[in-house]
Amino acid sequence: MNKQEMADEALFQLLHTEMVSYVYKWAEQGEMESGRCVTKLENMGFRVGQGLIERFTKDTARFKDELDVMKFICKDFWTSVFKKQIDNLRTNHQGIYVLQDNKFRLLTQLSAGKQYLEHAPKYLAFTCGLVRGALSNLGIKSIVTVEVTTMPACKFQVMIQKM
Amino acid sequence: MAVCVAVIAKENYPLYIKTVPTENELKFHYTVHTSLDVVEEKISAVGKALVDQRELYLGLLYPTEDYKVYGYVTNTKVKFVIVVDSSNIALRDNEIRSMFRKLHNSYTDVMCNPFYNPGEVIQSKVFDNMVSGMMVQVC
Repeated sequence: MNKQEMADEALFQLLHTEMVSYVYKWAEQGEMESGRCVTKLENMGFRVGQGLIERFTKDTARFKDELDVMKFICKDFWTSVFKKQIDNLRTNHQGIYVLQDNKFRLLTQLSAGKQYLEHAPKYLAFTCGLVRGALSNLGIKSIVTVEVTTMPACKFQVMIQKM
Repeated sequence: MAVCVAVIAKENYPLYIKTVPTENELKFHYTVHTSLDVVEEKISAVGKALVDQRELYLGLLYPTEDYKVYGYVTNTKVKFVIVVDSSNIALRDNEIRSMFRKLHNSYTDVMCNPFYNPGEVIQSKVFDNMVSGMMVQVC
């Protein structure tokens, strides 16, 4: 990785950390319930995801099906945003996909175990929105949740809503 | 060059339509509207038949007596339709392709503008100027 890329990545990480702490500052001051903070971060991610997917899919061939789309998210999308691919993609072929990242970029700086585990959801809300926004712009309505047992590994669960 | 350029959202409502002879606007709206069925047909045929036909550019949708209608669908299911005067035989397929390319690039820029809400009518001046540039040249 050259210096330019390292700098680009640091910018995104720092901005993301600032965003999280900014949003949660309102909750601390009692002006907003903490549940709304997650929603707020998720909504930011949603809009960013919509824009990003428009850029990323500009030069790719048309997708065949849902699985093709998920593969794109795991490979190209993840590489562009987090500089690595999803480590494991599993599906029950009925609209549920589990994306496992063993070394999630936004958590690597936080801890490498169970320390600060209760803070992990804050740093994942944006990414959940990111995935949901990307899928929604590709015409797939979904619910994205996340699960962390030991940092920096995490599992995103994507539930596709059939229309 | 083009006499009508339209951008249609994935739910099939127009995001942007510009026509050059403004007195015939309704007719062009109608032409664009009818072309959507052909677009739909072309995309659904892709999955079954040929694998290499997964290109975003759909080519000539249908010719009418006076005009030719070309289509393009992005991965996000946004449709672009360009109507060209049939008398303009000098226009190559490659040029149409590059027009769509330009349109797509511009649309992406609009989409990445944080002040633009996805699904809204496009009011960007830059986008408008780009489309105007494609339309005036030869008339």
